[in-house]
Amino acid sequence: MIAFTPQLAARLVALGVAMVILQVAAVSQIELFGTNADLSPLVVAAVGLMVGSLPGAVFGFAVGLFLDLALVQTVGLSSLVYLAVGYGAGRWLELRDPQGALVPFAVGAAATAVATIGYALMQFLLGVDAPVSFLLVREILATILLNALIAGVVHAIVRRWLMPALPEDPRRRRRRAYTTGGLSPLSRS
Amino acid sequence: MHDKTVRRRRAVLGLLVASSLILLTAYFGESAGGGLHAVQRGVVEVVSPIQEGASRALKPVRDLVGWVGDTIDAKGEVKQLRAERDALRQGAVTGAAARRENDQLRRLLNLDRSRDLTQTGPVTSRVIGQDPNVWWSQVLINKGTSDGVAVNHPVVGPEGLVGVVSTATGTSAIVTLLTDHRTAVGARIAESGVGGTIMVEAGRPTDLVLRFTTRNDEVTPGQTVITSGTESRIDRVPSLYPPRIPIGRVTRVDDPGTDDQEVHVRPFANMRRLDFVQVLTRTRNAT
Repeated sequence: MIAFTPQLAARLVALGVAMVILQVAAVSQIELFGTNADLSPLVVAAVGLMVGSLPGAVFGFAVGLFLDLALVQTVGLSSLVYLAVGYGAGRWLELRDPQGALVPFAVGAAATAVATIGYALMQFLLGVDAPVSFLLVREILATILLNALIAGVVHAIVRRWLMPALPEDPRRRRRRAYTTGGLSPLSRS
Repeated sequence: MHDKTVRRRRAVLGLLVASSLILLTAYFGESAGGGLHAVQRGVVEVVSPIQEGASRALKPVRDLVGWVGDTIDAKGEVKQLRAERDALRQGAVTGAAARRENDQLRRLLNLDRSRDLTQTGPVTSRVIGQDPNVWWSQVLINKGTSDGVAVNHPVVGPEGLVGVVSTATGTSAIVTLLTDHRTAVGARIAESGVGGTIMVEAGRPTDLVLRFTTRNDEVTPGQTVITSGTESRIDRVPSLYPPRIPIGRVTRVDDPGTDDQEVHVRPFANMRRLDFVQVLTRTRNAT
């Protein structure tokens, strides 16, 4: 498990606040394919995928709470949904350690699906009288598709921002050794 | 060691889930003046100036993306708009004569209660934030109680009715949109005077429904829906909205000629592309 250092915590707080402000002030007002992108599940999933299940869950909970407070929504609803997203992405990292180039896209789509469908289910459970209409399904699918498209970029930005605060990854160190002219373990032996 | 890590992880996860559920329960259990609501208003107060700055700084980006989308959309709309222009030109000629007659009759009957929006104390506000989820029910504006904005004040945009103020702090306010499933607006058909209540089902944000019309009310696609204002003669149940504010256009009628008939209306205002709105501050039942 990755150690939760003060530097990492500070970077996560800055990331969460900046993401919510950017989402609310700009991204929500940009319409693409009849919907708008939702950065929150992408950033929470990217964080979970980099730092693990527990910090991912805490980050998801905090981002959700901030969203609920800043947007005057039902407090606790987004926290619960994003807590699941952060924890799920983190658990996947711990159990499978995925490395493929398409991983951020798949995780982004899955995180968005969990967040949007989970949010809708919670709304139904809380008594919102809503039909499962074609428009709602189309809206959810369009958001998942759009988020999947931008998930790679979001993941790269989150990775670049958090990397200095994360402990050195042995795989990364090995790669750097090859590319900077270092000897491979085979040639050394 | 491994067991300890697993136990710790489960404990923290359980604690977070329990916290969320406690927050949810507490939020539902308390009144609008409760502790969590007060914290929300405080957070909005702190965050809104930052959001306003971010909204202004990121406007060029929004405009650029909007311009690309508009250019694509505009090509498809030209034909429809030309037909609409011709119809409107015809209507304007008829309307001008009708308005003159109407004014004369009003003066004759001493019923000149024309409620121009300038009399309702409009406060122009910038939209500085929008709800990001697919239920997109509210926007944040940069005017609050210090500008005369209060809860239940109606909000209009360039195209028509937008919604109503649901939360107001000193420098900002939350506007619950017309497309929110909690909103209901007294409305009538401009051409025929058929009355009803405009509502929306969650998850169908572009499809408003005019309910509570009767089987004898004839409604056809293309007709305009406007606010009805207060219809009670004794003003016991005043409407939040002034009369004659455009809401939208009728797109179709389900089960026409029955008591279950539902009139579907597409709102004039594009709730996703709101830059500026006006809060009408001189209405009767703001709190």
